[in-house]
Amino acid sequence: MRLKSLFAMSIAIVASAFPHSAGASLGGDLSSVRDDQMKLQGTLRMTSKNAYNVHEIQASNGIVVREYVSLSGNVFGVAWQGHSHPDLRQVLGANYDQFAKAVQAQRAQRHGRGPLLIEQPGLVVQTGGHMRALVGKAYLPQNLPAGVGPEVIR
Amino acid sequence: MKAIPLRVPLGLSLTLLLLSIFGCGSAGTQPGQFQVTTTAAPNVQSVTVNSGPSSILGPGSNYVDGAFTSVTVCTPGSTTNCQTIDGILVDTGSSGLRILSSALSVTLPQQTDSSSNPIAECAAFADGITWGPVQTADVKMAGELASSLPIQVIGSLNFPTVPADCASQGPAEDDLVSLGANGLLGVGSSIEDCGPDCATTGPFSQGAYYSCPTTGCVDTTEGLAQQVQNPVAAFATDNNGVILELPAVTGEEGSVNGALIFGIGTQANNGLGSATVFGTDSLGNFTTIFKSTRYSTFLDSGSNAIYFLDATTTGIPVCNDISFLYCPATAQKISVTNDGTNGASGSVTFTVANADLLLSNPASAAINGLAGPNSLGGFDFGLPFFFGLNVYTAFDGKATPAGTGPYIAY
Repeated sequence: MRLKSLFAMSIAIVASAFPHSAGASLGGDLSSVRDDQMKLQGTLRMTSKNAYNVHEIQASNGIVVREYVSLSGNVFGVAWQGHSHPDLRQVLGANYDQFAKAVQAQRAQRHGRGPLLIEQPGLVVQTGGHMRALVGKAYLPQNLPAGVGPEVIR
Repeated sequence: MKAIPLRVPLGLSLTLLLLSIFGCGSAGTQPGQFQVTTTAAPNVQSVTVNSGPSSILGPGSNYVDGAFTSVTVCTPGSTTNCQTIDGILVDTGSSGLRILSSALSVTLPQQTDSSSNPIAECAAFADGITWGPVQTADVKMAGELASSLPIQVIGSLNFPTVPADCASQGPAEDDLVSLGANGLLGVGSSIEDCGPDCATTGPFSQGAYYSCPTTGCVDTTEGLAQQVQNPVAAFATDNNGVILELPAVTGEEGSVNGALIFGIGTQANNGLGSATVFGTDSLGNFTTIFKSTRYSTFLDSGSNAIYFLDATTTGIPVCNDISFLYCPATAQKISVTNDGTNGASGSVTFTVANADLLLSNPASAAINGLAGPNSLGGFDFGLPFFFGLNVYTAFDGKATPAGTGPYIAY
């Protein structure tokens, strides 16, 4: 798989650079991005778009995480894929508790297993896929740069 | 209360009905056999789509669109120290048998590492994680036996502390409400639940298997043979795949009966017949084309609806009160083309109906038309896709008459 070969090339670099962190958190400001920059050796790839940059990194458990950072340095979206989910406390940052409460509240509405879709005021979290091939994303709708839709976060 | 029994009309009328639902738009695509196997045989395990074990918790806790079965687990080598557990969800989207500790009364030996420390596991699913010890059981279904199979016991009181790097991966599914079943029977195309990634030290082995001395659980590697794995692949025979056979459901039913057949082309009752084989990648994914765009796809009986794309792409609104399900004003037919990695291609039409209406009768448990958005991963063809089909899942690396798995066929 393409992803696997990407992993293979990058594991050695990344494992040493990212022993514990998945990088900046959703909603983080310029300082959290600087913190991320400090660990830039771990960035597999940075792609620049007109209104944002995408940092692709590897979390401590091997999951590929892509951070979507506005030109002003705000992390407005995060997406991931891999054999598991990344550290959601790290990835969601200050939004984690809101996510966890919403999951509990949604249980009463659910009648079975399947992908998770949490839509809260100011926070959207989606997790899906299947065993060994999981995916997810989270974003702050109000922080999307002008002209950028949530579909770019993937 | 709604009348529950459904007699499946096997024969021409059903065939015609199914052809109308799963119409064949491309040359060479034929749906599989439509008959549900009812003749008892060592490789025929009965399944039922019903409201599941969580329904005892109240009308709001009924499971919708889940295929449940019973599994017998024994202390390895014993024919008397056994327990049959029902309410086990048949899940082609995962691999391995997992049983809630609260549903397990038979004592099973604990798997340990070379230092005699207990092994526990954190298994990640689309909607959360299961945590608990790896224990060993003889697993019996129909007339088949998986000897000394590693399984996961979820929510064990002996392993109460979920490691931080497990808990942070998602919501805990450690009881009947959060798991939705007494256990999961993972019969997906992968043999092990993690595979080589967990067998060697590295980032991929973090947050999966743990060695648990009294001082607390720490990440560890786990050899392939020791990992929690697909019970059917561990059978002595009929171990190259499964067929999930469910009758057609045109509206809603309280329960319908189906079968999980072990093996593909190994017995008179499990041939491929006219089913189309769709090659998948090593993890079971292939491609679905919707309005000329290609999306990643998988079949997953453990998902309780057909989750696909989003409201913007499909033009189908989500429900006002439940944003994770679709609520079209009137039921719609969606036609897509499935495209295997082997070049096989075939169109499929499925129904998306109003979830608010579908779920309004708590006595209904087998419901056609339940669907929701899944903009993340393209298409997640959950249980409603399986209605009226024989869906084959060929295991990774196992030989079958149609070639070596993994593949799916229907």
